[in-house]
Amino acid sequence: MNSVNESAKEARARVGFDQVTVVIGMEVHVQLATQSKLFCSCSTQFGAPPNTQTCEVCTGMPGSLPVINNQALQLAIKTGLALNCEIARSTKWDRKNYFYPDLPKGYQISQFDKPICGKGYLDIADANGAFEPRRVRLERAHLEEDAGKSIHDESSRGGNSKIDLNRTGTPLLEIVTKPDMRSAAEARAFLTELKLILVYIGVSDCNMQQGSLRCDGNINLHIEFGGQTIATPIVEIKNLNSFRAAERSLTYEARRQFDLWQQCGLTIDDSPKQTRGWNDAQQVTTMQREKEESADYRYFPDPDLIAVSTSEEEIAAIEEQIDRLPAIWREHLSEVYNLKPYDADVIVSQGRGLVDYFREVADQCGDSRIASNWIGQEVLRYLNESGLEIDRYPVAPRQMAELLKRVVSNQLEQTRAKEVLNEMVASQLSVAAAIEKLGIKAVDHDELKSICQQLIDEHPEVAKQIQDGNIKAVGRLVGKARKLNPNANPGLVKDMILKFLGI
Amino acid sequence: MEISNLGASELVSHLSAGHLTAVDCIQYFLQRIEQTNQSLNAFVNISDTALQRAREIDARRASGKPVGPLAGLPIAVKDGICTSGLKTTAGSKMLEQFVPPYDATIVRRLIDADGIVIGKTNMDEFAMGSSTEHSHFGAVKNPWSLDRVPGGSSGGSAACVAADMSPVAIGSDTGGSIRQPASFCGITGLKPTYGRVSRYGLIAFASSLDQIGPMTRTAKDSALILSVIAGHDVKDSTSAKNDVPDFTRSLEKPLTGVRIGICREHFDEGLDPEVESCVREATKVLESLGAATCEIHLPHTPYAVATYYVVAPCEASSNLARYDGVRYTYRAAATDLEQMYCQTRAAGFGDEVKQRIMLGTYALSSGYYDAFYLKASRVRRMIKHDYDQAFGEVDLILGPTSPTTAFSIGEHSHNPLAMYLADIYTVSANLAGVPAISIPAGISASGLPIGLQLQARSFDEGALLQAAHQFQSVTGWHATKPPLYQGPQT
Ligand SMILES: [Zn+2]
Repeated sequence: MNSVNESAKEARARVGFDQVTVVIGMEVHVQLATQSKLFCSCSTQFGAPPNTQTCEVCTGMPGSLPVINNQALQLAIKTGLALNCEIARSTKWDRKNYFYPDLPKGYQISQFDKPICGKGYLDIADANGAFEPRRVRLERAHLEEDAGKSIHDESSRGGNSKIDLNRTGTPLLEIVTKPDMRSAAEARAFLTELKLILVYIGVSDCNMQQGSLRCDGNINLHIEFGGQTIATPIVEIKNLNSFRAAERSLTYEARRQFDLWQQCGLTIDDSPKQTRGWNDAQQVTTMQREKEESADYRYFPDPDLIAVSTSEEEIAAIEEQIDRLPAIWREHLSEVYNLKPYDADVIVSQGRGLVDYFREVADQCGDSRIASNWIGQEVLRYLNESGLEIDRYPVAPRQMAELLKRVVSNQLEQTRAKEVLNEMVASQLSVAAAIEKLGIKAVDHDELKSICQQLIDEHPEVAKQIQDGNIKAVGRLVGKARKLNPNANPGLVKDMILKFLGI
Repeated sequence: MEISNLGASELVSHLSAGHLTAVDCIQYFLQRIEQTNQSLNAFVNISDTALQRAREIDARRASGKPVGPLAGLPIAVKDGICTSGLKTTAGSKMLEQFVPPYDATIVRRLIDADGIVIGKTNMDEFAMGSSTEHSHFGAVKNPWSLDRVPGGSSGGSAACVAADMSPVAIGSDTGGSIRQPASFCGITGLKPTYGRVSRYGLIAFASSLDQIGPMTRTAKDSALILSVIAGHDVKDSTSAKNDVPDFTRSLEKPLTGVRIGICREHFDEGLDPEVESCVREATKVLESLGAATCEIHLPHTPYAVATYYVVAPCEASSNLARYDGVRYTYRAAATDLEQMYCQTRAAGFGDEVKQRIMLGTYALSSGYYDAFYLKASRVRRMIKHDYDQAFGEVDLILGPTSPTTAFSIGEHSHNPLAMYLADIYTVSANLAGVPAISIPAGISASGLPIGLQLQARSFDEGALLQAAHQFQSVTGWHATKPPLYQGPQT
């Protein structure tokens, strides 16, 4: 018996990680950007003093009743449409019953068998080609109310736990994928693209620090072993509070499951679904619950709410509000503006504001590659450093285009142009004013000639080297030209010196 | 003026004509409560602002300013209906100290009409019961016989009207909780169509069945109150948008041409012969008023009680989950969360409530849902279909409200099933959502009132009130008072 086990273990040890297919599905909770809560008129504003944004409905007072917020329903439909989901013509509300101190009614109003959004999909790709483009199918997306927050005394002095019900009743859309992702990188790409879409269509601010976007990952492995495919037990990793945490935890978990399988050989049939958490400090997943506590939520239709039907006209009207999605913009920037996929992605990933900024600059300066380079580097650097959004960037697209026009036409060389841009940002000046402030003047032909002649005369040994065939040495003279006159265009100086030396 | 002989409608017209001040009126009833409540236990809480409100209304009227249609009328409200600033317990230890920060919509409407909430009436805990024996604040006694139950769960509301402690009471009816106590106490009780009256502020027992309604001496008084409390409420998604007529205006229409169906299934075994003969007599009265009667069938009636006792506990098990010791409820001392939940709910709820929570939790559990909740929902649709069929042939359905007269206190305490069967004729209307009324139709040999039930099409409360009023125009049962509480002789 022992030897049989031993040999099986040895056989598993010979399996390489490259024979493993990682299988990942995601569940994402998105807080919809409504003014008021899902079933009452309390504000959803983040950060108010505890329990100041509550009423008898969201605190579950006896006798209070919920009334659906239509804006939440519309935002859910809008999201569903952007994610290619079937939209339910009739949807209903169900109670998910469980006890928790920050769940005031003892049940959560959710959607069980008739979610507002049915099957859909989201296409993901990597601009650098790190993985093959993939279609991630969506199982469903349903509306539900958020719970409150429990604040426990961490001092271990046995203080009371406190409950803040401000968040209670905030509308959430829970988006559930099929287990279609095959790596942690794909999962991250999915989350990134999903967030981008949600922000593009304006249904959520997706602020992860404030909990507007929360994700859980489900992961297991399919291993080719002994002529068959073996699945490892499924693990759900809860409360991933950043995309980086999602990617790292899933990467870690895949490896952990593989090592565990090599050690013990446990499969999905041997072990129920396990819940684990991500410890960001130690970069490991840790066990939270052994088995899914056979959670019986006793779902049943909420008798306080009536089914909601949505007409074709209403859906069409919502569809009309959806402008071009990120994928369409990437295509547009590649095809119409001739950008490389990577460059298009850099701009599109920053949000709709930067796309519009780029288009205006590119259209006006007439060179989309230069526009893309400058925006991708100079503008983004500034935004990253300042933490501002593009709408607060000090240089208007028209001014940026003016500047780039001069670069394109060689009136300004790159280094000087960057000085000009910095001046425009710092002093909010126009291109012309910034140029004047920096004392930049075009150097006329005669002056350029005299500069070049002076350099040749003062450095005969360098001139000799050039004439002897060391053309590169001209660079030393060009560098000195800038000291004589900072406005001297290095390209023109170089050409003229070579011409004087008869080369 | 002899207030004790006046119903709500008459009080309102005397108040309006200046024959009576709101202060005199409220003082009369406050005094009645003081004399009587100790023996009946009908009220659990008396408003300490009622007299002040009466003064304000008198002053307003005296200065010629407009007053509402119920100006100065005292109204008792079942303690399962939220009253802002006035303790609302639903008959439970769990809510012993609960003071709602808001008014139920119907309370707001009554107050806006210048009615005066005089106090809160005792009830079976969370409206679960047919006898008002299951209150944390003690059993209510039947004014006709102190060793009898007043019916339930709105037993306090029924008893207080019967004993002349308030001209009007508001009750709630989930499976008969307005009609059966009205029948046991010899008053008029109306359960409106589901959705007719807002449930906002009614502490939920079974949300798809609960409905608030008036309990009064006469159908005319019920019409007056219903006209004020009915109508769509944006705070209750299940409240209907149907127009609300003035129900007092169609009362005098004769019954000529009205078709009344006698429900065959309501005269099966279990019906007290004395109740049966009384209902047969009442049928003759209605015929003499011009109504045409015929026998009809509601074939799924035998399944109604079983269906009700699945649907109602399922919803209740979820509705009562919020009483967990965390917020406004009673909280038992405990050292950890689970213990707090368990101890709080073990000590805060009475046995009947715990029994129904367990029934409902079981019936909704995975593996049992289809066999219980889903099946019950299907039978419920069939019961509703029975009514649709019947109302194709008749305008009203007539039968007894309860199979018996008021039973003795403690009689069913060891046999809950017998108690559940007291609801046999009333639960169907809740399951189907149709309106129904109970009116006094006789007195038994032992001196206990007997009730007659009429049911109508959804939103046709007008037909119920009309028939009831016509009946009361030619009979005197509604004016017969319990011998113990006849008030000062005139
Ligand atoms: Zn609220």
